[in-house]
Amino acid sequence: MFRYILRRLLQMVLAFFGTTLIVYALMFAGQTDPIQALAGERPVTAAQRAYLTEKYHLDQTGVGGFFYRYFDYVRSLLQGDLGQSLTGRQIGDILQQAWPVTVKLALIALAVAVIFGVTAGVIAGIRRASIFDNATLVLTLLVLGIPTIVLAPLAQYFLGVRWPVFPPTAGAEPSFYALLLPGIVLGSLSLATALRLTRTSVAENLRADYVRTARSKGLVKRRIVGIHVLRNSLIPVVTFLGVELGNLMSGAIITEGVFNIPGVGFNLFRGIRTEDGPLVVGFVSVLVVVYLVSNLLVDVLYAVLDPRIRYE
Amino acid sequence: MRVRRLAAWTALPLAVTLGLAACGSGGDGGSGGSGSEAVSIQIAEPQHLVPTNTTETSGSQVLAGLFAPLVDYDAQNKPYEVAAESVTSSDNKVWTIKLKDGFTFHNGEKVTSDDYINAWNYGAYAPNGQGGSYFFEKIAGYQDLQGEKPKAKEMSGLKKLDDLTFQVTLSEPYIDFKTMLGYNAFYPLPEAAFSAPGVLKDGYEQAPIGQGPFKMKGTWQHDSKIEVERYDAYPLEKPKVQSVEFRVYQQLTAAYADVLADNLDVLPTIPTENLSTAPTDLGDRYQTSPMSSFQFLAFPTFEKEYSNPDVRKAISMAIDRDEIVNSIFKKSQTSARSFVSPVLPGYRENTTGAAGEFNPTEAKKLYQAAGGPSKITISYNGDGGHKDWVDATCNQLKANLGVDCVGSAEPKFSDLLNKVEKKQPVGLFRLGWVMDYPSMEDYLGPLYSTNGSSNYYGYSNPEFDKLVKEGSAAPTQAEAIKKYQQAEDILAKDMPVIPLRFGENVFGHSSKVSNVEMDLFQRVNLVKIEAAS
Repeated sequence: MFRYILRRLLQMVLAFFGTTLIVYALMFAGQTDPIQALAGERPVTAAQRAYLTEKYHLDQTGVGGFFYRYFDYVRSLLQGDLGQSLTGRQIGDILQQAWPVTVKLALIALAVAVIFGVTAGVIAGIRRASIFDNATLVLTLLVLGIPTIVLAPLAQYFLGVRWPVFPPTAGAEPSFYALLLPGIVLGSLSLATALRLTRTSVAENLRADYVRTARSKGLVKRRIVGIHVLRNSLIPVVTFLGVELGNLMSGAIITEGVFNIPGVGFNLFRGIRTEDGPLVVGFVSVLVVVYLVSNLLVDVLYAVLDPRIRYE
Repeated sequence: MRVRRLAAWTALPLAVTLGLAACGSGGDGGSGGSGSEAVSIQIAEPQHLVPTNTTETSGSQVLAGLFAPLVDYDAQNKPYEVAAESVTSSDNKVWTIKLKDGFTFHNGEKVTSDDYINAWNYGAYAPNGQGGSYFFEKIAGYQDLQGEKPKAKEMSGLKKLDDLTFQVTLSEPYIDFKTMLGYNAFYPLPEAAFSAPGVLKDGYEQAPIGQGPFKMKGTWQHDSKIEVERYDAYPLEKPKVQSVEFRVYQQLTAAYADVLADNLDVLPTIPTENLSTAPTDLGDRYQTSPMSSFQFLAFPTFEKEYSNPDVRKAISMAIDRDEIVNSIFKKSQTSARSFVSPVLPGYRENTTGAAGEFNPTEAKKLYQAAGGPSKITISYNGDGGHKDWVDATCNQLKANLGVDCVGSAEPKFSDLLNKVEKKQPVGLFRLGWVMDYPSMEDYLGPLYSTNGSSNYYGYSNPEFDKLVKEGSAAPTQAEAIKKYQQAEDILAKDMPVIPLRFGENVFGHSSKVSNVEMDLFQRVNLVKIEAAS
């Protein structure tokens, strides 16, 4: 097990540099005129342009310029310096501010998906073709069909403004309660998928040979479902949720915008809009690490759930 | 067996912590718990909070609380003294600025003329890369501070006479210099802002020290908020509220929801999405006031097919401005038939004359007689919400001129400008302008003169240039305005651009505040605003 994890960690280093190189290249290729993007529709003075060009090496173009800037970036990255955004803020500081709130939001969303999705999925799987099963089918289809860009403002309007159950926006240092509504909105999509996955998996496992054996041994139903079926059924769900954790953190651009949460999604969006290469690469690098670590966790969890799986 | 227990035990603490967190913060009911004497105002994350480096609205709004300008503008948009006792000149070239006694910075320092001179020199010095440095280019010696290795660090045109008086020599007479002084680039900086002469202290921007009605409370909390509180030693009219929270929003729609829920007090710009419902949602808390923005369509005058002024006039006459303003902008903007904004002294209505009137039959006749192109393209930047009105304009041109017309989106404004600068065929293209200070020259100079900073369409008329120059060198305001108006008449003849719309502040506020006023620069008046009892 230890050797397996070590090997995976070493692979992660390679994957990390590979992805930053690609992201950096993409940002570099997409960049037209970051200085004008920063100024908006205002004319940029020559002095200002010269100053920014020199500060961010923007005069280095072409393939040679790309490698010059990339290696410059990696060199300072290895020294723990993520560089400065185009507005002159330390990207390390921005990251430090943006991550906690996004992590909180993602955890709430994940908790919502696990608690409601898995529970309802198990019930629907046991009582196949019941009213509950059909009702969840319709509901989940509905949720899967409505994109977040519609769902989030609707939830905000009805639960924040019309009937003020929740505060309409969360802000930079939100309380748990203020994050609940964005968390539910963000988690609803994963909830629906997790529910469908669990339901199918449970329904299938209930017909498996080992369940019949357990039943004929005279085990109580609660133990059959709670221990044997659930553990086997959770493997696909865990895979899904592991990947979803990464998605929740990076894909919250819409939710964070609607509920005014200055987290990772918002900063990524701003970085892309203003062609702020260092900012985007900084955030994506951390996202890559999150993905890699959550994938590793998922793989390790397999062994916990299914003792037949062994890593060497 | 051991492994399974492990899984069970990790699940439990997670559930418990979530439960505890819910108990801990259930009481305060979320954000926005402001006291009766505090108000909150929406801003976007400012780019900078150094006066000479702040050129966008959000930063300018915050600085307006922290600093007092030398002059401000009255109801007629003429300058009057605030931090200055007097701003005088006999020849409009050498200006003497006398400061009011009694101003102190928030750290207790007395405001002296040195603080102005140091700040302006810092702003003009090219290696500092200040975005507002172009404001100083009219001061004598500005050129010596430019380039990669400037010859000097101080402008020769700035001279201290005594602690409260200093003299500004311009490189040539400029009648509107006093008007210019209202811009935030002309604020002073305290000694505490500099770590060495000409070197700004690292953290100054995080908690700017000014001499205005409010002082910083804590530091700039990026992406979150900036809080300021009343500065009791401020010598002029004191604000009615104890503190102001500038809350950073990424999306205006989120701020709009907060205003509806009384969670945010002032929203300076109602988002386009909510314009149609805002008057009913907010009632009399939905308000409008004049503002200086100006939207127009520019012609690539260097291209042959648009070089005939008659073609340009015909296109202008084929556009029904009022229809677009009513149906697309829900009257949040007004139709423009002049080349300068209505907020300016010297503005006249309908200077475009017949070319601004909607007259499809005449337009078609004129267009065909002048031999206009059979296909028109209108380019715009796709990230600014311009698609609707560009398409509507195109449909009008199709119907009224019998030509083919397409709207063509460039991803970003910089892409559009790049193409225009390289003289690639983009057809007509949209541009906008917001003034820096209320003077006709601030429109005529940058937009239409041959070397204007925003003249992307290659318009050049020596007579026009001469009149603008004569205007800015005129001895009195009345004479200056006369020259400017003559210059504007030339524009009406040449029609280098089609004026389309003038903007308005469309703002809303919560039921917890009253007396909300907005100025021409989209800023809330922080001294006048009151918390409703």
